[in-house]
Amino acid sequence: MSEARSEASVGNAATFDTHPGADAGVTPESPLQWSRVQGRVTEEGGAAEQIRVIERPFLGHLVLRGGAITLDEAVRAELGVSLPGKPLGLVLDAEGSRSVQWVSPDEWLVIVPAGEEFELENRLRARLGDAHFAIVNVGGGQTLLELSGEKARELLMKSVTYDVHEHGLPVGKAVGTVFAKTSVVLRRPSEERFELVVRRSFADYCVRWLRDAGREYGLRVESASP
Amino acid sequence: MFHIFCPYCQEYREEEEFHPSGQAHLIRPADPASVSDEEWGDYLFFRDNPRGIHHEMWVHRLGCRKFFNITRDTATYEILETYRMGEQPSITAANAEVRREQGVQTADGGWQTVGAQPENSRLNEETPS
Repeated sequence: MSEARSEASVGNAATFDTHPGADAGVTPESPLQWSRVQGRVTEEGGAAEQIRVIERPFLGHLVLRGGAITLDEAVRAELGVSLPGKPLGLVLDAEGSRSVQWVSPDEWLVIVPAGEEFELENRLRARLGDAHFAIVNVGGGQTLLELSGEKARELLMKSVTYDVHEHGLPVGKAVGTVFAKTSVVLRRPSEERFELVVRRSFADYCVRWLRDAGREYGLRVESASP
Repeated sequence: MFHIFCPYCQEYREEEEFHPSGQAHLIRPADPASVSDEEWGDYLFFRDNPRGIHHEMWVHRLGCRKFFNITRDTATYEILETYRMGEQPSITAANAEVRREQGVQTADGGWQTVGAQPENSRLNEETPS
């Protein structure tokens, strides 16, 4: 074991904090930085538009893999929500800021507020112990865009192959599907909101697609302060 | 365009989300060192190309990213059933009439849009060699 992994290792896995904070001298840059430089993203607020796209950068994304029963116990103890056991399920905690999503029969995506994922990963690892599981921090590889507004569904109808009507995508459902010419995880956490989890390197492409598709309704892409 | 039932996601999705991965139920020789070149070559390179019922492996690459199997009629493009890895098909070329006679539950995809209706229904009655 090298010294670098001594402090943050639980069991035989080395973990590290991807959000070391301002004192580490690293300024985090959102996946939409280029879009911002190009003027495609504005700051939050401003005149009401029919569709609002809000970027939620730097959230903690963890992929959990393993048996449902083992993971369910650990997640319930650490997050207070149970693992969605049914396919395509999405559950949120009472605050609505932490979510667990079914991705495949042995894979779940956990999204927590920025900075919480390091602690959570360590606590889950400690609790799971020798169980057969894997936890991967994928926060650096993907970002979350939030869609709201009365025309948000219409916009999605033009962009994804999935049926985004109420009967196809009710609240509490999340699916992986095709968005424009890329892939996306489409989530419906609440009645008035859709969430897109997109690849970091495709974030600018997705924003450009949304801006183009949303032009007829009036659409603004905003950046939430981290 | 196929409309494929993913046995893991438990719902129909469009073909765009999937990718075909060749013939299903291939069994790797248990001891590759002891088989003849011909047997190894058959395993490695030779695939069935039947007219009629065929078992294929597909992957739901943009959804759950799991592999599963499809029983498909190559003459009509009809998807007869989809089932998980490790399971055996209930419809095979040997008992193709099962689904009509015994009413076996199959993925009710029905006729597909591409090449759906065969020009000559007798094409379907020939048993694949």
